[in-house]
Formats: sequence, structure tokens, C-alpha cells
Amino acid sequence: MTALRIFFIGGGISYRALFNWISPWHYIPTMLGGTLFVLLFFTYLGRYTDVEDESFFVVGNAVYISSISCVYGSIMAIANERFLGTLSPLLATPANRLALFAGRALPYIANGIVVSAYGFAMSWLLLDFDPPASSLGPLAIVVTAGVVSCTAFGMFLGSIGLRARDVFFIGNLAYYVLLLFTGANVPLDVLPGWMQTISSGLPLTHAITAAREVVAGAPFSSVAGLTGEELLVGTCYAVAAYALFRLFEIEARRRASLERV
Amino acid sequence: MIGVITPVVLATIAFYLFQSGGQSESLLYAALGAGLMGIWSTTLFGSGGAIQWQRWQGTLELLIAAPVPFIVVLVPLTLATAAYGLVSLVSTLVWGRVLFGIQLDLVHPILFVIAVPSAVIGLGLLGLLLASTFVLYRNANALSNLLGEPVWLITGMLVPISLLPGWVAPLSWVLAPTWGIRAIRDSALGGDPLPAILMCLGLGLLYMLIAALCLRHFERLARARATLALT
Repeated sequence: MTALRIFFIGGGISYRALFNWISPWHYIPTMLGGTLFVLLFFTYLGRYTDVEDESFFVVGNAVYISSISCVYGSIMAIANERFLGTLSPLLATPANRLALFAGRALPYIANGIVVSAYGFAMSWLLLDFDPPASSLGPLAIVVTAGVVSCTAFGMFLGSIGLRARDVFFIGNLAYYVLLLFTGANVPLDVLPGWMQTISSGLPLTHAITAAREVVAGAPFSSVAGLTGEELLVGTCYAVAAYALFRLFEIEARRRASLERV
Repeated sequence: MIGVITPVVLATIAFYLFQSGGQSESLLYAALGAGLMGIWSTTLFGSGGAIQWQRWQGTLELLIAAPVPFIVVLVPLTLATAAYGLVSLVSTLVWGRVLFGIQLDLVHPILFVIAVPSAVIGLGLLGLLLASTFVLYRNANALSNLLGEPVWLITGMLVPISLLPGWVAPLSWVLAPTWGIRAIRDSALGGDPLPAILMCLGLGLLYMLIAALCLRHFERLARARATLALT
């Protein structure tokens, strides 16, 4: 029961505390304004190059833009505890570490879903994107799987941020690596073999492929495998993230380096 | 990161898309566009930061209180960040040459050498105009997050403006990056870059005049409202 409270309530409180500075003046330009123009830019680039149909770029980017919350937010959720000097009191508590760690992911998952849904809605409003109504349910499941997986990836990077000096460099790098490698804009079969191998181990890759199939009319059963692969990738990152978090916690306690920035 | 990795990733995406779309001859077009996108990103980051960092470090009030006009402090700052963005253009050209075999055969090499600094000046002074409004706006960094991609899109850096809705074209004409990329492309790929170079520099001058007026007005407002140091 306590672990559940830490998971839900603790996760919510940590989000409010770490992002106490966020206001509509920050949220709207960054999470909604910037992401919409990412989507529009690449969709128009897709129209111009005529590599695939418009839906390819709309779906790829509408799923991809969730990474602004999943990657940056999750990194800040972990690494900012150190930068703001609250890591020591946090780790001094006897709280269940798994609940404490995983609870932090929830607000970013919710935010990621909102951003992605917003991307799809704006595409329907502004572009020639009109998916069949029957695809919306499966699309929601696939997008949620992608967002969960990407958030796990962000938590993994955030755990590295407990040790690394410049965590925002890692975040920026990851954001653009996902843009190139996940097939959001460049069809995966166009990429060289070694890039495709990396793609298959990154979050969002399978979710984007599955989302495109679903929007094209495929039933969920035909993308269940891809959704499962997406969740498997996410699980691997989640396990690695938690292991790193615990490892760095133990090491930092031993070396008394928790607050070193 | 902003100067090298971002434009290189964008250029790579553009290279693959242009190649797959059977437009391999357009790779230099893409490299130049992605390079200028990088220059705009560094300009925007620097211009947004020019005021915000001073504010965070507590030096904004001192600079505004000093007898030297604040615009004299800001102009070199925004021009320097735009000039730093040149590393983006070099990166995308080298990347394209090494990995995608782009031929760097410039049609008007001398005009290219004039067009690039003209574009940098135009972009830097647009950055100055933005920075001048940030004196009053406390969430300048959030606004600069918003302005990256729209300018990429509506100034034709990778996507021709003719492909966008008709109402975008007049908007693009008042933005120096539109003329900057046109000047660079016309000098590199063929065409008459001189009108675009002149437009870029002329707009830059106009931005500087507007920025000077804005700064005077916003400085006075910020003093009156005592908001200069508020973060």
C-alpha cells in the first residue's frame, strides 16, 4: 500500500516540485507550439521529396514528438534531483526504490500521450490526414506502448545523468538520434544495415511502424507483435535504468559523491 | 551540439529523402539548407540566451544602467552567435561531401563568399530584433523554443515556399533567412544572388532600426514595472 502511494502520489508530487517553474507560457510554446512545427516541417519536406505518402510523415512525427516529454522530462525527473540538491534527502528515506523510481515516469507518460494525441488532432485539422475511426482505438494502444517505451529510455538516460556532467547534451543527442533512426521520417529500408540494427533497439521504432499499419487499416491483431517488441525494448531500458539508478546510488553513498555536480 | 549535431542529423534526413525521391542532384541544395537551419538555431539560442543569461546572472540591470546604449552590447553578441553558426554550414557540407559524395562545385564562388556573411549578418540582426523584445518578456527561452522550426519551414530552407499555403509567402519576404538562403543557393547552384544579398542586408538594417526603437521602449517599460531582474 505504501509502495503504491509512493508510486502514484510521490510521482505526482515530484513532478510538481521539479517543474514548479512550468506555466502555460512555458508549456504551450515548448510542448505544443514547437512540436506542431516539427510535425509540419517534416510533413511538408515529405510532400516535397515525395518519398512516401503524407500519412507516413504525419504518423511518424505525431508519434515521435511525444519524445519531447518522454526524453527531456524523464531525464530531468531523475537528474534534476542532483542539480537541485534534493537527491540526498530523497535517498535518505526508506522508501521503496522501485516505487519511487517508477512513479516518476507516470507524468511524462501522460504528457507524452497528450502531445502525440495533439499532433494527430492538429494533423487532422491542418493536413490531409483522416484516419478511419476504427483505427483510433488500436492507434491509442500503439502510441501508449511507444510512449511508455520512450519514457523508459528517458529514465535510462536520466540515470546516466546521475553520474554525467552535462545531462542536457545527452538529452539533445537522444532527441535527434530518435528523429533519424526511428524511421519517423526516413523509411527504415532506406537506411544502411548498421543503422537499421540500431533502430530496432531504440524506442518508438516499432510503435511508429505499427501506427502506420493501423492507420492504413490493419487490425490490432496484425500489429500485436510490433507492439510487443516495442514494449520489450522499453522493458529492457526500464530494467537497465533501474539497475543504473541503484548502482549509482550505492556508489555515491560509498564515495559520498551524491551532491557532486 | 546545436552547431554540429543538429544540422548534421537534419542534413542526413534530407539527404536520404532527396536520394530516395530520385533527386540526387539536389543534395547540395539540402546541405546548404540544413547548414542555414543550423545557423538559425544557434542565432536563436544565442539571442534568447543573450538577455536570459544576463538576467539569471544579475548583470542585465548593470548593463542597462550603464551609459553605453544597450544595443551596442547586444549587436556584437547576436552577430557573434550567428557567426558561430557557420560551423553548421561547414559541417553539413563536409558531411555531405564525405558520406554522400556531394560535389562542391560553386557556380559563383566569389558571390558565394559574399552571400554567406550577408546571410549571417541578416540572421544575426533578426536575432537582435528578437533579443530586444526579450527584455520585457520573462519567458524568452520558451519563446525561442517555439521559433526554430517555423522559421525553418516558412523561409524555404529545405521546403520551397511555393509548396506552402499562399499566405505564407508575404510573411517569408520580411524574414532575412528567406533571402539569405536564396542568396547562398543562387551563388552556389546558379542564378543571380545579388538581389537576395541586398535584400538580406537591407532587412538587417531595418531590423536594427526597429530593435533600437523596441529597446528604448521596452527598457523604459521594464524599468517602470521593475521587471528587469525577474526570472
